[in-house]
Amino acid sequence: MTMNNQGRPTRGDATDATAETTTGNRALQIEESLIFEKDAYGETGVDFPAPTLTTNRLGGVERRGEIGLPGLSEPETMRHFVRLSQKNYAIDMGPFPLGSCTMKHNPRLNEKMARLPGFADIHPMQPEGSVQGALELIHVLSFWLKELTGMPAVAMSPKAGAHGELCGMMTIKAAIEARGESATRTRVLAPESAHGTNPATAAQCGFKVDNIPSDKTGRVDLAALKERLGPDVAGIMVTNPNTCGLFEREIRAIADAVHAAGGYFYCDGANFNAIGGKVRPGDLGVDAMHINLHKTFSTPHGGGGPGSGPTVLSAALAPFAPVPFIVEKDGRYRLIERRDAARTAGAEGELSFGRMTAFHGQMGMFVRALSYMLSHGKDGVAMAAEDAVLNANYVLARLKTEMTPAFEGYCMHEALFDDRFLADTGVETIDFAKAMIDEGYHPMTMYFPLVVHGAMLIEPTESESKAELDQFCDALLSLARRAKSGDVAAFKAAPRFAPRRRLDETAAARKPVLRWTPDAPLQAAE
Amino acid sequence: MRYLPLSDEDRRQMLSVVGAKDIAALFQDVPADALDPGFDLPTHKSELEVERILGRMAAKNRTASAGPFFVGCGAYKHHVPATVDHIIQRSEFLTSYTPYQPEIAQGTLQYLFEFQTQVAALTGMEVANASMYDGSTACAEAALMARRVTRRSRVVLSGGLHPHYASVTRMSSELVGDEVVFAPFAPTGDADIEALIDETTSCVIVQNPDVFGNVRDLRPIARAAHEKGALLVAVVTETMSLGAVESPGAMGADIVVGEGQSIGNSLNFGGPYVGLFATREKFVRQMPGRLCGVTADTDGKRGFVLTLSTREQHIRRDKATSNICTNSGLCALAFTVHMTLLGEAGLRRVAALNHEAACKAADALSAVKGVDVLTSAYFNEFTLRLPSNAEAVVDRLAAADIIAGAPGGRLWPDEPQAENLLIVAATECTSDEDIASFAAALAGTI
Repeated sequence: MTMNNQGRPTRGDATDATAETTTGNRALQIEESLIFEKDAYGETGVDFPAPTLTTNRLGGVERRGEIGLPGLSEPETMRHFVRLSQKNYAIDMGPFPLGSCTMKHNPRLNEKMARLPGFADIHPMQPEGSVQGALELIHVLSFWLKELTGMPAVAMSPKAGAHGELCGMMTIKAAIEARGESATRTRVLAPESAHGTNPATAAQCGFKVDNIPSDKTGRVDLAALKERLGPDVAGIMVTNPNTCGLFEREIRAIADAVHAAGGYFYCDGANFNAIGGKVRPGDLGVDAMHINLHKTFSTPHGGGGPGSGPTVLSAALAPFAPVPFIVEKDGRYRLIERRDAARTAGAEGELSFGRMTAFHGQMGMFVRALSYMLSHGKDGVAMAAEDAVLNANYVLARLKTEMTPAFEGYCMHEALFDDRFLADTGVETIDFAKAMIDEGYHPMTMYFPLVVHGAMLIEPTESESKAELDQFCDALLSLARRAKSGDVAAFKAAPRFAPRRRLDETAAARKPVLRWTPDAPLQAAE
Repeated sequence: MRYLPLSDEDRRQMLSVVGAKDIAALFQDVPADALDPGFDLPTHKSELEVERILGRMAAKNRTASAGPFFVGCGAYKHHVPATVDHIIQRSEFLTSYTPYQPEIAQGTLQYLFEFQTQVAALTGMEVANASMYDGSTACAEAALMARRVTRRSRVVLSGGLHPHYASVTRMSSELVGDEVVFAPFAPTGDADIEALIDETTSCVIVQNPDVFGNVRDLRPIARAAHEKGALLVAVVTETMSLGAVESPGAMGADIVVGEGQSIGNSLNFGGPYVGLFATREKFVRQMPGRLCGVTADTDGKRGFVLTLSTREQHIRRDKATSNICTNSGLCALAFTVHMTLLGEAGLRRVAALNHEAACKAADALSAVKGVDVLTSAYFNEFTLRLPSNAEAVVDRLAAADIIAGAPGGRLWPDEPQAENLLIVAATECTSDEDIASFAAALAGTI
């Protein structure tokens, strides 16, 4: 042992370390109880002046009994949530290659802009004259979205991707009703490879959903689609690029066939990042498409929301769009919240079906998205799409020596693999994904799309450098070789170094425990 | 381009590994005439330029903090401790995804579990989900859930339900073929909503405090609904009220939905907000949205996972309870952090301060000649009847830098009785001086 002159060791001895600690903590990983287990009832971390009111005007329905909410002082609160944060993986830590989710860099400029009091501290029901800058921002963002998609109208209020889908399908339903065909046009077609939200949305609109099969190349089977079209079809829902990461080559033929049959073409815009600034969906025959601002335009995913799903609409659908809209005249912005006002202002929505949400949409996300767009410009948006597609193809090319691409040829922004390369190894897709966690990566999307066995869908986005992609590919290639070498046990045991080992989802669902209760302290479910 | 790490040399090397001549080769499946059409948009800008453009727009808006401010109606100006915004901006929360890989998302999952527990406690219910988009969409989902639970198709809406909530709910219920019945416009509270409930009713939806500010005892409505086999859906658009007003759960509600913006979240001109959704344990499998539950890992350590996902669209597709996918995770975190700081003691105190401010405002405004306060039992919001069109009064007061409230004509454009109504909210942020200026300006205006 080397010592300094105070006798303090300056180098550790190599010893056999045990994995267990007395506290359960592991250095920077601190076990953290629930706030309800901290015995802090009656405490508060916010100082207020004492109320002086001695009577109340609550009409005799004042709250009686304990609510059951613990309070922590500010330092305790900070420490609690910082410890929790350290149990999360995040895009700021490394690649987050979830296919179909577009986990790209979230510029902090956008956060700064969204927090300007002029955007964050204004109320949706303030008089129009006091929020001219906010209305201007939405108007400018609308222009960008319409220009990038080549569509004449956009409904800004949908709160997330699935909500945008709902907006699009409700608009289609309203248009069909206006044609007097709501009793007959009751079917919606969607590919087997579609996001689950597509059939769920169509069902929520009262439509019956029929599958369109995929062809051998991973795209919509056009012949099968044509067979299923008829006077009872309200429309189709197709993602493009699709969930296999492929551009629907026959997109115009698909649109023409649907239009010829009297239906509308809803495009799921989840994968717009591959073509933003490169292709306008309006040039491809699309009638409605939502745009996930939290994917393509980099508003942070925030652990599962908030999202934002403005929905662009063709001229045929625009009159039915949900309120509100913003119109500009002589530098003055107006908020149109009702049909008759839309009619006089010549805005979209003169036959509006109503409202998607209480107010005007996700303003905080609008600011971030516009900040992103202005930063990128039309040149940067196109370059981002190109780099996203190049990065995915680079991953595809590098990994195909050990892993099995689901389809031939180039991909768009995401590379899809199946589990053939794991055949007879005993390692399954989920084991491979969990082993990636130990290597320091968030796994790719697994078991989606459903059309591919044991699917692994990798979307690197444009945010990854070549060096980062090389490390990532090297790690996956090593894992693939290790799986093939017969080291099944290592995969089944993964993850070993994460804050938790594999969690039992079956036990969680069998007897759901969805909140903490004082009379039944939570142990691990059995 | 500061956000794109690839150099031209990287791109060349990568294309060569890919085996593509150029980038265009990778876009070969796109119809050639649709590629690179040209856009009428500017090119990229520096941070400084973007800050100038957006800063200029922001500066044109009158912020709620800049002076007297009395608008509520489903979104409320409250003070949010600095800690909240710091925590939600941590990379590990801000830039993570839905916790699909629970082993490396325990941070998100644990706060969602804490959020669910807090929401259940506040609403007086047994279970709550991990959040919805906002209060209005949660309300619409509650009507759809009541339909599944009761297998009935008639929805009764209280006349005190926020008209925008009513519009959202009507749209989504009519889409699936339900009949939607509106109780009459009722600024002083529904006279007899119980009479509208019949044996075919799936649910009656009642807001408390209602959009006019009226606080009421929900128990008689709950009894009437349950006698007919219908559910009571209670809507709370001001979550702060739950620190002072009896919980809907204690008054017999079967589903409670709410707007959680007041806790932890800014006004944001209407979004993002955070929808609350709570119900009885027996209905849990009919709930929409994500749920976080307790389990153990292979070492037997407690952990959290998303659960009961067989209700959800990614498993059940067209048979799912809802098409909802994204929720409002980061806003739910802001809610949880703020509520953790408040605790029960802080929540009760800030709720009392809200009530106190509203009582003072009502007293000051009722003293203005020609102004009537219509609301007798309220929390932090009440309705005035003015002698003239309230929208015009609001505009005149705005010119004097007083943001006076929500005018009835904007909320109920087709309702002549609404024209002279003004809905006024006061919170812990409202000062005595704000109230005095409002009352003086109102007296000078009407």
